[in-house]
Amino acid sequence: MKSISIFKSLTCVALICIIASCKKNNNEETLAGQGKVNLEFENKVGDQELELNTGAYTNANGDDFKITTFKYRISNITFNKADGSKNLIPESYLLIDAADEKTTLQTIEHVPAGDYVSMDFVIGVDSVRNFAGAQTGALDPAKGMYWSWNTGYIFVMLEGSSSKSTQADNKLAFHVGGAKAPNNTVRKVTLPFTAGGLRVRSNSQPEIHLLVDAAYLFKGTTNINFATLSGFHGGSDAVTIANNYATGMFKLDHIHN
Amino acid sequence: MVISLLTCWLVITVGCKKNDNEAPQTAIRFVVPSNFPTPVYQFTNNTVSNAGFDLGHRLFYENALSIDNSTNCGSCHQQFAAFANLDHQVSHGVNNCFGTRNSPPLFNLAWQQNFMWDGGVHHIELSALNAFVNPCEMANTLDNVVKTLNNKPSYPQLFISAFGSSEINSQRIFKALAQFTGMMVSANSKYDKYSRKQNGGEFTNDELAGYALFKQKCSSCHTEPLFTDNSFKSNGLELNPKDAGREIITLASADFGAFRVPTLRNVALTSPYMHNGSLSTLAQVLNHYNSGVKNHINLDAKLKQNGVLGIPLSATEQQKIITFLNTLTDNEFIHDPKFAELPPL
Ligand code: HEC
Ligand code: HEC
Repeated sequence: MKSISIFKSLTCVALICIIASCKKNNNEETLAGQGKVNLEFENKVGDQELELNTGAYTNANGDDFKITTFKYRISNITFNKADGSKNLIPESYLLIDAADEKTTLQTIEHVPAGDYVSMDFVIGVDSVRNFAGAQTGALDPAKGMYWSWNTGYIFVMLEGSSSKSTQADNKLAFHVGGAKAPNNTVRKVTLPFTAGGLRVRSNSQPEIHLLVDAAYLFKGTTNINFATLSGFHGGSDAVTIANNYATGMFKLDHIHN
Repeated sequence: MVISLLTCWLVITVGCKKNDNEAPQTAIRFVVPSNFPTPVYQFTNNTVSNAGFDLGHRLFYENALSIDNSTNCGSCHQQFAAFANLDHQVSHGVNNCFGTRNSPPLFNLAWQQNFMWDGGVHHIELSALNAFVNPCEMANTLDNVVKTLNNKPSYPQLFISAFGSSEINSQRIFKALAQFTGMMVSANSKYDKYSRKQNGGEFTNDELAGYALFKQKCSSCHTEPLFTDNSFKSNGLELNPKDAGREIITLASADFGAFRVPTLRNVALTSPYMHNGSLSTLAQVLNHYNSGVKNHINLDAKLKQNGVLGIPLSATEQQKIITFLNTLTDNEFIHDPKFAELPPL
């Protein structure tokens, strides 16, 4: 009995310690320094979860399709404050691959502490970096999503199949990229945060949960009919798709501060 | 007498100093020839160093970079041919695979805006990428190239010397190769010496006559001093081109069958000619411009003036232009030991 009560009181002390330390952290909270922000990408097709190879979907035109590959790049992540000031996170180049769970939760480091009301980012790779020579990290061509014969990054890649496709094996292969006029597919999106915004502190790691809806490649400004468009590598069709996904592929679900 | 003794002493002491420091290798530098424009590639974020250049030199001649250990960059880009591929109409890679295009010569790449016959590659640092991964060239993957180099005992040390740490990644491989290929400057032909009014640059009467004809007939596309205006054109090689050329990149039908205007420096060494290697002598090339130009839909207007196809040239005019083209050969460049083939490590 005695030993149990000692144990109990020890636990109590430990709990108090933990609570105290939490308190302490809260009290010492300061807007100086930098924090980290987690970005979670939840891939969807409309209301359905994206299931590679097995999920069966229908586009806005009513065409059936399946997805075998879904990858995209985002870059130039910028957190914006209510006063209009912007914090561009240097070297924020991310590559997300629906087939690789490690890439669907990424951590952005060196975010200046502060309260933010929205974020911007580029879907793809900015034109400067697209033309700047050999790169490393997420931009290493060894990671794929890169054209070697027509230098440049692939920004969004969706491959799969549809019974409507006229390609061999009913394939779909949409490779969006290109950072030069007239077929520039670099698109910027802004996501306003919900009430409460994003609170970045040097001692916490808030998480932004994003929904990424692959159905938006095929709707938004132009509904895609797979019988007439089942694939491309860049070019003007890529611009059509980029205009589509810029209207709603990325949505904010919620933020854990 | 006193002066010459003094000079003697100076030379000796300076000589001694040099030996003491044990620095027989002079620091390698990129120098812009006085008759050349500002280069496109300024080695920004890739300052040339002896160690970086040497690593690039090694990599250029490294068979292990091909999937079956058979092929290196020098297999298709030979120094004696100004780094083109002599006698091969189209490239010849691993597994006896023949590509679809003629290997271009490599020099003065730092002045080039676009690479490849269709200009699809826009940065010198990425110009080696296609060679690594093309199934008809070295048929490899970048991950495998990195792995292979990590497993070869001498390379980690070479990367330390060049980049300060032993990490090997595609960026470092590309940068080292760009130090080597970017340093390949060819600017010591007889023509250059003529332009710079240097010794060895005295043109004969035929060379002068050929030069005058060249300026009249050819230099609107093959513009001095690099002998290309870097544009993409059709010179009427084929009526129905098999290779869509620049259109593959721009997807514009006006670029169908257009190819980059190639430099003509060292052209006497780089046979066969044209993107498909279809002409094997300069005489055939001149004959093409005189009487072989096809009325391809995108044929450049300069080759179709007043309804006449091509550039009418008499036999002697053709001969004189060839005499001038021979002054574009840079023997110092093709014998420069800096770029010579290296034995395997
Ligand atoms: C199998 C033959 C082959 C090998 C091996 C090869 N190349 Fe090439 N190279 C070519 C061909 C063919 C082209 C032109 C391709 C085109 O226009 O599509 C070319 C083009 C180039 C160009 C562009 C030149 C210009 O003027 O546009 C560079 C630079 C180059 N190669 C460098 C390299 C390097 C570096 C390596 C080794 C990593 C290499 N090559 C290996 C055949 C080869
Ligand atoms: C309208 C522009 C134009 C004019 C004028 C022109 N060329 Fe060309 N030249 C080209 C193009 C484009 C190519 C490459 C064509 C291809 O490969 O399909 C070329 C290729 C060549 C080549 C082959 C080089 C190589 O490395 O394969 C030679 C040699 C050549 N031209 C010489 C001349 C001479 C000599 C004249 C003047 C009589 C001339 N050209 C006039 C555009 C031009």
